[in-house]
Amino acid sequence: MIDFDWLFFLEVSLAGLGSGALLALTGLSFVLIYKATRAVNLAIGEMLMIGAYAFFSFSAGLGLPWWAAVPAALACGGLLGAVIERAVIRPMLGESAISVLMVTIGLGSVLIGAVELLWGADPAQLPDFMGTSPVFLGPAYVSRKIVIGFAVAATVITLFILAFRFWRGGVALRATATDQGAAYSCGIDVPVVFSMAWVFAGVAAAGAGILVGAVGGISPAMGIFGLSALVVVIVGGLDSVVGALIGGVLVGLIEAWTGTYLGGEFKTLITFGLLIAVLMVRPYGLFGTVEIERL
Amino acid sequence: MRIATAKESYAADEALFDTPTQRVWLALFVAVCALFPFTANEYWLYMACLVAIHVISVTGLNIVTGFTGLVSLGQAAFMGVGAYTVAVAETRFGTPVLLNLIAAGAITAAVGAVVGIPSLRVKGLYLAIATIASSFILHFVFANWNSVTHGVSGISLPPASILGVEFGRPFALYFLIVPIAFLAVFSASNLFRTRIGRAFIAIRDRDISAEVLGIPLLRYKLMSFALSSFYAGVAGGLWAYFFRVVTPESFPFVYSIFFLAAVIVGGMGSILGSILGAVFMTMVPEVLKLGVGVMSPFLSDAVALLSPVRTIVFGGLIIGFLIFEPHGLAEIWRRIRRFFHLWPFKT
Repeated sequence: MIDFDWLFFLEVSLAGLGSGALLALTGLSFVLIYKATRAVNLAIGEMLMIGAYAFFSFSAGLGLPWWAAVPAALACGGLLGAVIERAVIRPMLGESAISVLMVTIGLGSVLIGAVELLWGADPAQLPDFMGTSPVFLGPAYVSRKIVIGFAVAATVITLFILAFRFWRGGVALRATATDQGAAYSCGIDVPVVFSMAWVFAGVAAAGAGILVGAVGGISPAMGIFGLSALVVVIVGGLDSVVGALIGGVLVGLIEAWTGTYLGGEFKTLITFGLLIAVLMVRPYGLFGTVEIERL
Repeated sequence: MRIATAKESYAADEALFDTPTQRVWLALFVAVCALFPFTANEYWLYMACLVAIHVISVTGLNIVTGFTGLVSLGQAAFMGVGAYTVAVAETRFGTPVLLNLIAAGAITAAVGAVVGIPSLRVKGLYLAIATIASSFILHFVFANWNSVTHGVSGISLPPASILGVEFGRPFALYFLIVPIAFLAVFSASNLFRTRIGRAFIAIRDRDISAEVLGIPLLRYKLMSFALSSFYAGVAGGLWAYFFRVVTPESFPFVYSIFFLAAVIVGGMGSILGSILGAVFMTMVPEVLKLGVGVMSPFLSDAVALLSPVRTIVFGGLIIGFLIFEPHGLAEIWRRIRRFFHLWPFKT
C-alpha cells in the first residue's frame, strides 16, 4: 500500500457512516428501553429482525406498496414491544437487572425460533423499494440504499430527540428515568411510560430492521446485528441518547474500516475488543451516568 | 429439616450428607449409576455421557453465576478452550489422558481468570456483556489461530486410552466421564462449606458488604471465574474425547445460552439444581425429537420443525422459570421432599 487510495477510503467511510446511522437508531431503541425500565434488552437484534420480516410479509407476501408496508411493519414492531412489555418485562419488575437480562436472552431465542417457524430458516431478499441507481457525493460512489438508510435514520433520531426534549410523553419518560418515586408523586403514570417506551423502542427497532434488511437481506441470523448495537450502547453509555449516536457512528466506521482493510472476520474481534477496552477504561461509557452505590 | 434427626456434635451438623436417609439414597444412586451401563443400550449410554459432561459444565457455571452472582455467557467458549487443549495435547504430544484433562482445566482456568479481569472495573450487567465479548473473541481465536487450532476444519483426535484400555465406545467412556462428574459435583458441594465458598456467597448477596467484612473482591471474583472455567475446561476435554472432533462451530454462543438456561431452570445457587438443570435441558431436545417422531406420520415436514421448536422451547423455559419459578427445579424438588418429610403432620 504505497499510495493510499483516499477516494476508496472516503467511500468506505461513507458506507460505514451509513451503517453507523442504522446502529445509532438501534442503539436509540436500546437506550429508550434502558432509560425507562432499566432493562438491558439483549433481544433488540431479534426485535429488529421481526420488523424486517413483517415488512417482508406485507410487501412481498401481500404485495402492498412500500408506503403501506412500512407503516404496517412499524405497527407490528410497536405491537411486539407492547406485548413483550406486558407479558415478560412487567412481571419481572423489581427483580434484579441480571434476571431481566436473562429473560431477554430467552426472549431472543423465542423470537428466532418463531421466525424460523413462520418464515423458514433460509435467508431472503427484501423487495427493492429504494431503487438501485448509485449516488455520487462529489467523486465518491455510495450505494443508494445506504444514503436513504442514513437519511431516514438521521430524521427519526432527530424526531426522537425533539420528542424527548419537548413532548409531554418524552418529559415523562425522562422524569421516570431520573426518579421513579418522584415521577409517581408528580402524577406520571409510570406503567404507561414503561409501555410507551417499549412501543416506541419496538417501532424504532422495526424501522432499523427494515433498513438493515434492505441493505443486507434478511435471515433468522440477522439478530447478530443487535450485538453490534450492544457494543454501540456500551461505548456510548447505556442511558445516553447522545452516546448512542456517537457510539453508532464510531462503531459503524470502525466496522467498515476493519471489514475492508483487515477482512470481514476481524470485525467481531475489533468491535468486541473495543467493547472490553471501553469497559475497562470508562465502565459507564463515554456519556453514561456513573452509578453510585450505597449500602 | 427432617423430623427426628437431632445433631449431637458440630461435625455431624456440618456434614455434607447429614441424615442416614440421605446416605442411603446416595448409596442407592451410586449403585444405580454403576450398574446402569450393563443394562442400558448404546443410545442411553450416549445420553448419559452427554448429561454427565453437561453436569460438570453447569456445576461450574453455577459456581460463578449462582453462587458468586456474576453472570457469565462464556461457558461454551471456555469448554472450547478445554476441548482444544485436549485435542492439541493428544495429537501433538500424546500425553496421558488424565494429565490432558487436568491441563485442559488449568489452561481454561487461566483463560477464565483473564476474562474475569473486567470485574476489576465493572460488575452486574456490564460484566455479563463483557463475557459475551470474550466469548466472541475466543471464537475468533479458535477459527483463526490456524497453526494450533487448524482453523475452521478443526482437529480430530484418537480415542482416549488409559493403561492400554481404549475409551472409544460410550460404554467405556461412561466409566471415564461419570466418575469425574461425581468428583466434580462433590468438590463443588464441599466448596460451599469452606471459607472460599462462603466468601462467594457473601459476594453474591451484597458485594459491598462482603468487602466491608474483609473479603478482597477482585481476588475472590477472579478465583470464582477460574474455578468455574476449570470445570468448563474439564468438561470440554471430556467433550473432545467423547465426540473426537473439535471445530470452532462446536462451541457456538447459543451453547453458552444453553448452559445459562440449565443453571436457571435447575436452580441458581444450588448444586442439586445444576444436576437437575443439566439432565432436564439435555433431555428436552430428545423428548422433542421423540415428539417429532410421533408427529411425522401426520405432519409432512415435522422434522423441519424440530430446530425452531427447540429454539422456542429453550427460550420459553428460560422466561417461564425466571417469571414463575426463579429458584428452578431444585425448589420444586425441595417442595416435594418437604411434603414427605412432614407428612402426615402438615402438607
